[in-house]
Amino acid sequence: MAVAFWILAAVSVAAGIAVFVVDSMARATFALLASLLAVGLAFLLIDLQYLGVLIILMMVMEMLIMAVFMIMYMMNPAGLMPMKMVHNNRVAALVAGAVFALLAVGIFLTPWPRRRGEPPADPTHALGLSIMGPKMLVMMVIGVAILATMISTVVLATHRGRYDRYGDDLTRRPPDDPGPGHAHSPQPPVEHHHACGAPNPGEERT
Amino acid sequence: MTLEAFLLLAAALFAVGLYGALSQQSIVMLMMGLELMINGLIVAGGAFWYFLAPGTADGQVLVLVAVTVMALEMAMGFAVVTAIFRAREVDMTDDAGDLSG
Amino acid sequence: MSEQTPVWSVIALPAVLAALALAAAVLDAVLGGFRASSPLGEVARLLVQQRRRTLLPDTLLLRIGVVSLVVAPVLAGIVIPLGDIAVADLAVGIVWFNAMEVCVWGSLWLTGWSVNSVYPLVGAYRFVAQGLAYELPHMFALITVGLGAGSLRMSDAVRAQQELWFVVWMPLAFLVYLISALAMAFWGPMGAPLGGDIAGGSRAELSGPDRLLFQSGRYVLLVVAAAAAVPLFLGGGAGPLLPSWLWALIKTAAVLGLLVWVRHRVPVVRMDRFTQCSWLVLIPVSLLQLLVVGVVVL
Repeated sequence: MAVAFWILAAVSVAAGIAVFVVDSMARATFALLASLLAVGLAFLLIDLQYLGVLIILMMVMEMLIMAVFMIMYMMNPAGLMPMKMVHNNRVAALVAGAVFALLAVGIFLTPWPRRRGEPPADPTHALGLSIMGPKMLVMMVIGVAILATMISTVVLATHRGRYDRYGDDLTRRPPDDPGPGHAHSPQPPVEHHHACGAPNPGEERT
Repeated sequence: MTLEAFLLLAAALFAVGLYGALSQQSIVMLMMGLELMINGLIVAGGAFWYFLAPGTADGQVLVLVAVTVMALEMAMGFAVVTAIFRAREVDMTDDAGDLSG
Repeated sequence: MSEQTPVWSVIALPAVLAALALAAAVLDAVLGGFRASSPLGEVARLLVQQRRRTLLPDTLLLRIGVVSLVVAPVLAGIVIPLGDIAVADLAVGIVWFNAMEVCVWGSLWLTGWSVNSVYPLVGAYRFVAQGLAYELPHMFALITVGLGAGSLRMSDAVRAQQELWFVVWMPLAFLVYLISALAMAFWGPMGAPLGGDIAGGSRAELSGPDRLLFQSGRYVLLVVAAAAAVPLFLGGGAGPLLPSWLWALIKTAAVLGLLVWVRHRVPVVRMDRFTQCSWLVLIPVSLLQLLVVGVVVL
């Protein structure tokens, strides 16, 4: 168990460092994924089966979405030439090192309290009862936060709304969509030159 | 496997993430740093639950919240990047300096 | 349900998966009008074929992608009970199955990205879009089962179906599960990531052993998706006369046959249509099913 933990810890930290060392963005993204997966597996060692598997599940999906954006927004995502895009490199490294040293000292000097209680037979069950009982407020806040994020991300990122698709009185059928399915559209499809679908200068909004 | 070992892992991940968040210019890379920092918090939360108070589920709830925050942070981050990029084709923090107010 | 897992099950699982995958390939060949032996010929051909290389591939990521496409479904298979015995009957088996099957997103994206070619990357992006569309209804279908069984353990799900199979009182969840099974194995109507319109999509540049691993990984994925439907919806090994492992195999083969058959009957669905249908139809339907089951359970 201890050996497995140290291996996973080493993998996790090494992959975390690799994120900022490798040239290719694809490798950086998947190094981050490796770091997160190692943490998920480490959770399996301390009886947190559900949370460990949940971390694996969510992080794979998150990193795949990250890969989409990384290609959209990074020049040279493939790392065909060395890239270095940092500012304050030295200061950042110093600060990070100092924080780590401080935390490490704190970890070893703090008199941690004795362990209270034993892990329940089914921690998942305990978690479920907790968020549906005494910690219901947390669950509700998470729910509202997710809803708020969904709405605000769509508002921020949407570039064509339903009035663009269905016309001013929402009666245009079929909708005027770029890409496949616009065969009947009254105007020629807008050419999207940029990978992220930035509008043409002509239709730029202010 | 002790509490100290887990916390050390958490501190290391947090520090690496902090370095990334402070030093990277690209917003996407910067967010990877933030993810690593939250990753450290998750490790610490799980370790506190197991080694200090496994009787109650508080530590687990903390991890659950951190995982959610991670997802929300990424969603919001990318939405903001998309909005900035649409407005002026910028994806580097240095180029968005006027946002510092 | 036996608590102790016999050692032979670790060896038996890959063997059973491989046999079923081969059977699926043979059935697919027969339905497609080829000789039944043509999958074996294809295996032999790919084993000796020389690798074609593209310009500046990311070989490390390519290997990870192709190998994990085989490993992930096998890992997903360890929680599926064959009759009474699963390799590892985890307390969170259903979530584990879901997590491993999501790993395929990574495999396919890596495969498409790392060969440094346009059409494979387009295929990979199609799969990510498809994944985002199928994953939520898929999760809701799995949660429905977990809710009905009151547990995330596969064997508990089987036990909860002793009186009535879940497929009878959660038919919509089963339907959603079947659609998402097709989507997760990018098979048949959901095969746009490998579409002919993009020259074979993600696998376009693969050759030799890489292509063999990719193809077999896809079949294993299909087999695992079909096999998981048995403990989740079809009562596991329940059935008269025959031993439970044989019933589980028969049911798996039936679901697998259905999935393979669908490929030859239904055209490929366009990505944007599937996304729209998923968010506007499948998710509400699966939520409705979840609500009904929740009310019944309460």
